[in-house]
Amino acid sequence: MLNPRLRPLPLLLVAALGLGGCPSAPPRQPEPEPVPQPRPGDLRTLGPRTDTDTRPIPITEPVRSPLDDPAGPLYRKVVYFDYDVAEIKPQYTDLLRTHAGYIYQTPGVRVTLEGHTDERGTRAYNLALGERRADAVRRFLVAEGVPVDRLTTLSYGEERPADPGQGEQSWALNRRVELVY
Amino acid sequence: MTPLPVTWGGRSGNAAPRTWSVPTLRRVLRRVLRPVLVACYQQLQQPRWRARALVPGLGILIWMLLASAPASARLTIEITGGVEGAQPIAVVPFGEVEGARPEVAIAEVIAADLARSGRFRPMPRRTMLVTPNRQEDVDFREWELLGMNNLVIGQVAPGAGGGYSIRFTLFDVFSGKTLLTNSVQASERGLRNAAHRIADAIYENLTGEPGVFATRIAYVAASGRGSGARVALRVADADGHHPQTVVDSSEPLMSPAWAPDGQRLAYVSFEGRRSSIFVQDLASGRRERVASYPGMNSAPSFSPDGRKLAMSLSKDGNPEIYVLDLGSRELTRITEHFAIDTEPSWAPDGSHLLFTSDRGGRPQIYRVAATGGPAQRVTFTGDYNAAASYSPNGRQIAMITRVSGAFRVALTDANGGGQRLLSAGSLDESPCFAPNGSMIIYASQSHGRGVLAVAPITGGAGQRLSQDTGEVREPAWSPLLR
Repeated sequence: MLNPRLRPLPLLLVAALGLGGCPSAPPRQPEPEPVPQPRPGDLRTLGPRTDTDTRPIPITEPVRSPLDDPAGPLYRKVVYFDYDVAEIKPQYTDLLRTHAGYIYQTPGVRVTLEGHTDERGTRAYNLALGERRADAVRRFLVAEGVPVDRLTTLSYGEERPADPGQGEQSWALNRRVELVY
Repeated sequence: MTPLPVTWGGRSGNAAPRTWSVPTLRRVLRRVLRPVLVACYQQLQQPRWRARALVPGLGILIWMLLASAPASARLTIEITGGVEGAQPIAVVPFGEVEGARPEVAIAEVIAADLARSGRFRPMPRRTMLVTPNRQEDVDFREWELLGMNNLVIGQVAPGAGGGYSIRFTLFDVFSGKTLLTNSVQASERGLRNAAHRIADAIYENLTGEPGVFATRIAYVAASGRGSGARVALRVADADGHHPQTVVDSSEPLMSPAWAPDGQRLAYVSFEGRRSSIFVQDLASGRRERVASYPGMNSAPSFSPDGRKLAMSLSKDGNPEIYVLDLGSRELTRITEHFAIDTEPSWAPDGSHLLFTSDRGGRPQIYRVAATGGPAQRVTFTGDYNAAASYSPNGRQIAMITRVSGAFRVALTDANGGGQRLLSAGSLDESPCFAPNGSMIIYASQSHGRGVLAVAPITGGAGQRLSQDTGEVREPAWSPLLR
């Protein structure tokens, strides 16, 4: 039985923690919403955030899409290619199968397959090469059961390098297809 | 397929590019500047504001000008390489008849044009001891002693309607004969163009081929990276002056191609997260989306009669060549192969197309009848040949070739033989003949930055065109503008 004089103590403790706080232990902020990766040219990401919702934020963990979970199998969304070819390397088949399964199982999900090349060679030829890379990924996903109408290909050729540098290290990062959900 | 209206500023939608035309710009400037000027004037009427308003007022004015006008950084030209074999010529500063105060030094523009061609070495103004403007004042022995082959003199007089009348004469110094004399009418704004036309006439008289100084160059200018990247399609005079933005966007713009009338440009735009081919009228800014099929829409090229557009589309599975009739909108498939087929380019007589294909394993140049049919391989030298185009007379082909890892401009005979290199960069691309066939303009890298370079077919001095900021690429030389 608690001493009647001490009965308000837990309440006071909570109030003290809540009001005054301890400088070394600020109240925990809820996890921020995962911010979508800013993409070049996407004007929606350029302006200031217009989040004017003033309702209290629930303490529960926000529901994170499995696509944004760094530990999850769907976090990686880029496959890389060798120079001047559009063949998918064997090390990416598991990754693409995982994505195929997710797209197949998740109604309403649509994916744009963005094909890219390195800067070597002519721009129009590279646009065609990026298209072939995107198409190779599209065909792979379709063969894995993904309905054709969920996928769109878009080649940027050499116009949007992931790494603006020159040399094989940069070029290897630029020869790619990105799965954009 | 519906024509789009001329617009200024953003269209509805996120990544809509801006298209520009001179009349719209003027209207916009008027609309923007009038209230500012009126406000500044009213403020200045009040004594307490007279001193204080001036500075911020001017600031606002300048800011409005910068914010409303499209960025049109100038192209600067440097002459690269030696000028051995260039002919000495003296272009004497033109006289000004009373009442004529032209803002452009006509003779300077003419001399700069002739120097840029690499074929002439104009005498510097400061070494001229006399500057005659009339034939009776010319002492040919003096110019002969100075080592000149030719002499140009001229006079600018007030012309009709507030414009100018420019009279010029070209002499052969040894014989003292008049080779060419003519007069050109020009408005104040048309003075530079008039000077380019005079330079064209002089060039044609002395070399036997038409000059290309009064032509224009379309190119893509890019600045910024990531979300701040801007791409603009611009058109400038062949000497880099008067750059005008045709369209600008945060999405890539590619592959400008001139219509043979010099009035329209075709290009590829990625606005709305897809590739589309547009044809835009330069004077009005009006444009039309002519191809926006699923997949890739790329590499437009006008037929010599201007009625058709060849292109590469992937709508039927993989990149193939098609020809679109711009009048009837009929689309004809030209190639049928599982490999990449792209970069179509017309023969000057319109009978067939050159294109790039990797059907043999590596990119090579092929030719196919403009109505379709079997393709023949044209290039056999090297393991990467692409972006081919015929010279205006159809006797030569310019292309990009890979030589020990470097991508360079090469020139071959019409049958693909006799390859010779014309550039020395490592990532050169987009070669395009000048409309007289004397030079090739191409994109190159200088200190890691995209620049344009001009190389004469016969060798000798070249030119480099660069912008003070950002990079420039994908040049396309206009046809002769008559």
